[in-house]
Amino acid sequence: MISKPHVDWFAISPELVLLGVAALALFVAVLVPRWLRKALAAFLCAGGFLGAFVAAGILYGRSAHGHPVVADAIVRDRFGALGMLIVAGCGLLAVFISYREPVRNGHDAEYYALLAAAGAGMAFFVTANNLMTIFLSLEWFSICLYVLCAIDVDLVGSLEAGLKYLVVGSFGSAVLLFGSALVYGATGKLGLDRIGATVSAQGLSRDVLLLAGLAMIITGLGFKSSSAPFHMWTPDVYEGSPTPVTAFMSAATKTVALVVALRVLVSAFPQEAHLWTVAVAAIACASLAIGNLAALVQRNVKRILAYSSVSHAGFMLIAVAAHNQSGARALLYYLVPYSAMSLGAFAVVAARERELGRAVTLDNLAGMGWERPLLGVAMFTFMLGFAGFPLTGGFFGKFLVFSAAVDRGWTWLVIVGVAATAVSLYYYLGVVRALYMRTGAELQLAPAGGAPPREALLQTAVLGCLAVTVASFFAVQPLVDLAKHAGRALPL
Amino acid sequence: MTTALILLPLGGGLVVWLLPWTRFWAGSFALLVSLAEVGLWIETLIRFDFARPGLQLDARASWFGDLGISYHVGLYGFSLWLIGMSVTVMAASIAYAFWTGRERARAYFGLQLFLTGAVVGVFAAQDLLLFYAFFEAMLIPLYVLVGVWGGAGRLGATLKFVIYTMAGSLLMLAAVIVLGVHQGSFDLVDTGTSGNTWIFLGFVAAFAVKAPLFPFHGWLPDAYREAPPEVSAVLSGVVSKAAVYGLLRIAIAKFPGPTHDVRVPILVFAAIGLVYGSLVAFRAPDVRGVIAYSSLAQMGLIVLGLFAGNSLGFDGAILQSVNHGLLSATLFLLAGGIERRAATGELSRLGGMARGRPVLATLLMTTGIIALAVPGSTAFAGEFLILAGVFQQGWVWAVIGAGAIVLAAIYMLRLISAVLHREVGPAVSDSALDLRPAELGFLVPLVACLLALSAWPAAISERSFAHGATFRVGWTSYAPIRNVP
Repeated sequence: MISKPHVDWFAISPELVLLGVAALALFVAVLVPRWLRKALAAFLCAGGFLGAFVAAGILYGRSAHGHPVVADAIVRDRFGALGMLIVAGCGLLAVFISYREPVRNGHDAEYYALLAAAGAGMAFFVTANNLMTIFLSLEWFSICLYVLCAIDVDLVGSLEAGLKYLVVGSFGSAVLLFGSALVYGATGKLGLDRIGATVSAQGLSRDVLLLAGLAMIITGLGFKSSSAPFHMWTPDVYEGSPTPVTAFMSAATKTVALVVALRVLVSAFPQEAHLWTVAVAAIACASLAIGNLAALVQRNVKRILAYSSVSHAGFMLIAVAAHNQSGARALLYYLVPYSAMSLGAFAVVAARERELGRAVTLDNLAGMGWERPLLGVAMFTFMLGFAGFPLTGGFFGKFLVFSAAVDRGWTWLVIVGVAATAVSLYYYLGVVRALYMRTGAELQLAPAGGAPPREALLQTAVLGCLAVTVASFFAVQPLVDLAKHAGRALPL
Repeated sequence: MTTALILLPLGGGLVVWLLPWTRFWAGSFALLVSLAEVGLWIETLIRFDFARPGLQLDARASWFGDLGISYHVGLYGFSLWLIGMSVTVMAASIAYAFWTGRERARAYFGLQLFLTGAVVGVFAAQDLLLFYAFFEAMLIPLYVLVGVWGGAGRLGATLKFVIYTMAGSLLMLAAVIVLGVHQGSFDLVDTGTSGNTWIFLGFVAAFAVKAPLFPFHGWLPDAYREAPPEVSAVLSGVVSKAAVYGLLRIAIAKFPGPTHDVRVPILVFAAIGLVYGSLVAFRAPDVRGVIAYSSLAQMGLIVLGLFAGNSLGFDGAILQSVNHGLLSATLFLLAGGIERRAATGELSRLGGMARGRPVLATLLMTTGIIALAVPGSTAFAGEFLILAGVFQQGWVWAVIGAGAIVLAAIYMLRLISAVLHREVGPAVSDSALDLRPAELGFLVPLVACLLALSAWPAAISERSFAHGATFRVGWTSYAPIRNVP
């Protein structure tokens, strides 16, 4: 007789909403007439993400004291709830961005089912409290994403992107799994806090098995957060996948990977902090260097944004490496404007792609700022935000990350970050230059035919991202309060 | 009041961006807002009590309490004068743009108004982070204004401009963070001084690029040549003064120790910039080149005054900042007018423009004569104060400064004669008209301001720093004390 654990249904309500919606969308795919499928599935999916957002918000409000639930498999705390909030927000915007994306073989309803399922997996991932649930939920959302990347099998590169992501992503997962096994072998525990307790009780902090496991866990999460040197898949997959999927991946996957990395490192391995902080700082520096330098020579806008996302992983890992409360606060704050800017930038790329019918490069972006004022201004703002200019949340993100590093006493990391920012200006402003400072007439565009499609939903999504990007600058205090209270759930 | 000064142009900018106006309406609304801004400044001037030391007309609101960041603005005497000069020059620049009819008027005038708000914000900010935010916010419209409406080489020019400026600004950001986090507050009024030379240098680097100060002036010739003339006027007249303000309000006021230690190297660079800028201005082949390098020289002179470390130097630096702002704006707008008439700014192809164009000749002559600091002009008063101040640091500096003023006379006279006198240049056709009444509308007020200041330079030099300590903290050893012999 297996004893059934007590289940705190409320703690997993965001996941349940999303899973329910995913199931409904699958029914829609077979039971509803073809002409209604897309609209209904998208509506359901958006409603699911909205529901998850609300549920996560309520969960945040009612989880002031974090505690493990469901046989300690997951933890109900504000840290996880904030992660879920970001994921649900990203999902909602991703639905808006996806709606007009041409899926050629009519698998619209399946697309939204997978999106909702991926969101559920991510929501589970950020609350996972032992190595087993971490791996399970990682695979859960990764498999959905593998399929989403390749959903448009007719699209050149989409299938390739899916396959590449599958192979490299599985490798990353395998490394994570192997690392978990080693840690389990060393400590005999799976729960994150139990691992920490056992290590300190038995004096295992110099145990080779444990350290090898730690290194592999960092590597596995590094793959998911696309930080260098585990970023090789990022540009190809970002370029090849349908752009809305890329938008969702770049925002949500990075969010959850970094949030979980922080949770695992500080809950399970506080005794090894002197080792992993250095390792994470090294990864951060590598990401900053590789991401920014490689982005300089790209022409394809999606590849530029992909390398930019690598470099932002570097910035956020500085906050993880700081290993203090201000680091946790900085990471959680940074994720909000970063997700908005990333989603928004890819949304603008998606709009341009649909307009031109081919991949967007710096050359065929020319003059877009004048043709499409809203999208142009939004893209301008996102680029400035990525570069850390004031008037966007990106500024306070970098600011908080750097002050966390100063708190830790690592001023050299600030210098590295500042140098990386200086380099990044070149390509971010390169996009702005293409948008505004060259005219389309210079470049003999192939006209897409007729007026550009009116995409109210996509423009709403871009406007939403713009609002979050700018509002997170002016309303920095309330957001930081959210992040701060969430960060207190961690044993820092 | 101060907040209104910042918000009025920002709000105006938003209106211009959002409403679907034609070029005419966008331009006239922007001009109206910029004139209203000047009016608001005059109202501020009336309310300001020059006899009272310390911050006035301040406003404060909590922004990011965790780190001690607040929206804190207020005015000192010298910030008031710098703001006055800025809003005047911005209004003239907007009028020039309205008159020439810039393409994509809504975007253009919105950016100009946004820039006005950001500049006023820089001069009013009393919180380090707020200052940084406004300082960077200035860069965004400038980048677009030069990059979109500039000349043929604008892309290279903007790239250089932005990379130079951001390299300096990011060093400043690092300095802001380290200073603010250590002090627990980013407020400029409430916090004490610091003795850390590295942080000091981080700030100085940003301001030295923005000013620009030799040897950080690499972006200057391209940017000043490629920008539209009215944007060059703003760049050299207004934006460079943000650096002066920053040096005075942050670098000197917050770092008395490092200021003392690093004074000599800074004075050396300023003196080199002064002489070098004057020499290159003499050799420059075009009108804008002369004005651009003379700006470099003038900034060197102003920094000499700032780092003289006594009240004469400070008074002179502020007076000269206002003078130079008005002068270089007038000269750039005149240069724009000349380029429109001759389709070139090359001195070798110009000449003889005085004949049949008395108004142009009179205005250029008057401005040029003031710019070369003829005794009795306001520029003479400013330069005299600076030289007297820096003399107390050592006679060498005063000698170099005086020598450079002679050079200024040479290059200004060369400019005047190359444009107005000599035989008629090949690019000057008889059909090129004299200045139009509309052009007089924005040039004459600028020149009138200069003449008024020439009559009464003490309006600024005696009202920039109140008697006794100006800043509550960190100013004591450098308090501008009256009646310095």
